[in-house]
Amino acid sequence: MIFSKSTAAPGNLVDIPEWPIRFRELTDTAITPSIREFYAAGVVSGDTPARQVPFVAVDFETTGLNCREHSIVSIGLVPFSLDRIQCHGCRHWLVRPRREIDPGTIPIHHITHSDLESAPDLGGILDELLGCMAGRIAVVHFRSIERRFLDQALKVRLNEGLEFPVVDTMELEARLHRRPTGFFAWLFARHRVSIRLSDSRMRYNLPLYRPHHAPTDALATAELLQAQFAHWYKPDTPIRELWI
Amino acid sequence: MEVEQVEIREHLRRFLPFSRLTGDWLDTIARAVEITYFRAGSSILSLGTEISDLHYIRSGAVEITRRDGELYNRLGEGEIFGQLGLMTGIPVRFPVRALEDALIYYIPGDLFRKLFDEFEDFADFVEVEDRTRMRQASTSLSGANELMLTRVSQMINRPAPVINKSATIQAVAAQMAEEEVSSILVIDAPPSKVETRHKARPDRRTIAGIITDSDVISRVVANGLPLDTPAIDVMTPEPITVQDDQFLFNALLIMLRANVHHLPVMRRNQLVGVIDMADIVSHETRNSLFIVRNILQKDDVDSLSRMLPDVEACFVRMVNEDASSHMIGSAMSTIGRSFKQRLLELAEEALGPPPVPYCFLALGSMARDEQFLYTDQDNGIVLDDAFDPDLHDEYFASLSRFVCDGLANVGYRYCSGDIMATNPRWRKPLKDWKERFRRWIGNPRPEALLHSSIFFDLDGVHGQVRLADQLKSEIAEVASSSQSFLGCLAQNAQKRTPPLGFFKNFVLERGGRHANSINLKRRGTAPLVDVIRVHALASASESQNSFNRLEDTIAAGFLTPSMGGDLRDALEFISIIRARHQSFNIENRRKPDNNIDPEILSAFDRRNLKDAFGVLANAQKFLKFRYRPNRGT
Repeated sequence: MIFSKSTAAPGNLVDIPEWPIRFRELTDTAITPSIREFYAAGVVSGDTPARQVPFVAVDFETTGLNCREHSIVSIGLVPFSLDRIQCHGCRHWLVRPRREIDPGTIPIHHITHSDLESAPDLGGILDELLGCMAGRIAVVHFRSIERRFLDQALKVRLNEGLEFPVVDTMELEARLHRRPTGFFAWLFARHRVSIRLSDSRMRYNLPLYRPHHAPTDALATAELLQAQFAHWYKPDTPIRELWI
Repeated sequence: MEVEQVEIREHLRRFLPFSRLTGDWLDTIARAVEITYFRAGSSILSLGTEISDLHYIRSGAVEITRRDGELYNRLGEGEIFGQLGLMTGIPVRFPVRALEDALIYYIPGDLFRKLFDEFEDFADFVEVEDRTRMRQASTSLSGANELMLTRVSQMINRPAPVINKSATIQAVAAQMAEEEVSSILVIDAPPSKVETRHKARPDRRTIAGIITDSDVISRVVANGLPLDTPAIDVMTPEPITVQDDQFLFNALLIMLRANVHHLPVMRRNQLVGVIDMADIVSHETRNSLFIVRNILQKDDVDSLSRMLPDVEACFVRMVNEDASSHMIGSAMSTIGRSFKQRLLELAEEALGPPPVPYCFLALGSMARDEQFLYTDQDNGIVLDDAFDPDLHDEYFASLSRFVCDGLANVGYRYCSGDIMATNPRWRKPLKDWKERFRRWIGNPRPEALLHSSIFFDLDGVHGQVRLADQLKSEIAEVASSSQSFLGCLAQNAQKRTPPLGFFKNFVLERGGRHANSINLKRRGTAPLVDVIRVHALASASESQNSFNRLEDTIAAGFLTPSMGGDLRDALEFISIIRARHQSFNIENRRKPDNNIDPEILSAFDRRNLKDAFGVLANAQKFLKFRYRPNRGT
């Protein structure tokens, strides 16, 4: 392969904190009890081989892409390891957005006003959500959504944000398909490989799922990470090479 | 909120055995599933692993190999593996690896066992080692028609009325009137006490004949015979009988073939009753029976050939009514025989009576009562030993020409190997036939026997049927004692092997090759029939039908009941799939053939066919060590 796996690092490497230390700091400063518990559960050390890491695939459906303007309407998650995806731990919540839902997004995620009328506010499920994520490394496809929306939603409700490491399967795809510069960049600019979730899955012969359904997308993301490992990474790759 | 994965549930729902489960159970499974992705080439189950989950292929494909690396099976989307290890607790014996990138669902062992206990359908489907699945598949196919399901024994509600052969015809008539029966059996037994006459069960040897009410009218009254004429002078001697475990349908066919209305019913060699056509006519599905009747009434080849659509319709109807392959085969063979018989009658009308006695032979599937539609005509003639070629052959050559052309006109193709009565080689006196069989059996060469196995399925159709029967007895007697002959036959019977099974929309062949279609006759029924023939000849059976041969073979101890049962189920299942395929061809106005495209088979049929192929492969292996060509004399 032309990609060397171990040295492949994301461009914003300098921004990545030493997560276990950061979690200890945050445990001390967090105010909200559920957030403090989340940090107290800790995070595996950066040297931990990926095969020993407990993961949780998380997917949010939102009313748009801007975390300051738009809201989360649906959250799906499924715990897994590189060995097994555990569907018995799969969770799904609908949450009522603070703002009116834009009718234009309904066709995308199939969630309607009436679905959301009886749904709780995100604050009502936060303890449960954080409980499911505690001690696990979140895996998402396109990190800008999940981490930023959750951070913003918490700031609005609790005056306190949330930080946590994620493994971004889209970023891992980008490392494979978009890293080369110069001649290769020119080449790839013309044959730009799509790194959207469903297109990425197709490259690994993973089945086609109905998109924009939070638990399904979470499952799809978990399967994609397993597939990426089966093809490109050794299972004992230290987690610090993957998280951001 | 805990939820099940919709994608998982909806996928399971599409595949057996999960498609039979209720929505609640599917939700439960979808919640319990664990998933792993395997890259093509990687190992999924290695030798000696303990199995704790049922494995379900969500996407991709896997390959199962024997320990020596030989391909055992390939499985694709929606198929399961690991069930055997789960049920037996035995660690993995056949390693599994991903043939393509594969996504595997693990269904926990506890849940699997719960499903297994709770749902009979589910248990039936996953049960691997015993053949009950296939057996149930073939019996559940025969669901509809009472005539085809009712056995003769169920129609017997009283002992057969009997009378001693010394009784007068008046006593016969009096007893018929008293007992309100339309027939009486004449027995040749030492006079016994009158009160025991119904209790004693006469055996076959003591049945001298049968007298029916119409015999009393046509033979006694019409001819003005005295009332004290002995029964023995009026009776029809040595009546044709039926076994009580036969289906009513078979009894009717026998009646039509022999043109009689009453059949003594035997349980092995003991008389248990009489069955009368009037008794069962209410059950009758008249179709094939009326066709036979119609055939026998037609006066020329043209009107016979116009019956072809009726024959096809009858075949389709039997298949749709879920008749067993045995019933379909007998009905079609009876129809085929009737065509031959009628053509021979017409030939004799045109050419005059035969100069010497002869017997027209059916060979191959018709002789076995296993004919379907559109087969080759395979036939021959046994002539009385008084035959003189110079004087008589012209007659029989013309007769054969007439019959074979006629058969071709009514849909039976000329035999490509020229095994037809028109070929002088197959139009010989009894002594020549005997000599030929002695040569085949006494001095066997595998290549020669390859083309002559058809002669070991032989039946007299018209004329002096005893000539054919003599040949049959001779073959049965000589063949069973010639190890080298049986060895050669066994060797030939291993030549046409079945495929391993199915993979996606392909037929999976040994060595991993894929084929687009399978000829179910060449790769399934024909080799099964070959295997069964070897056993039957070894056990000196005179039966021609494969199912009857199996019974004889089991009775003679040459096959265990379970091996015999497996072979029977395999033959029945493949035959029925073949019949359904041909019926489908006809309904869609295509020429019926034996080539099946796996795409049209349901998952259920594929699994059962695979089991049936497995039975055949094992039976061929068994032949190899049971009969060795170079052993003994």
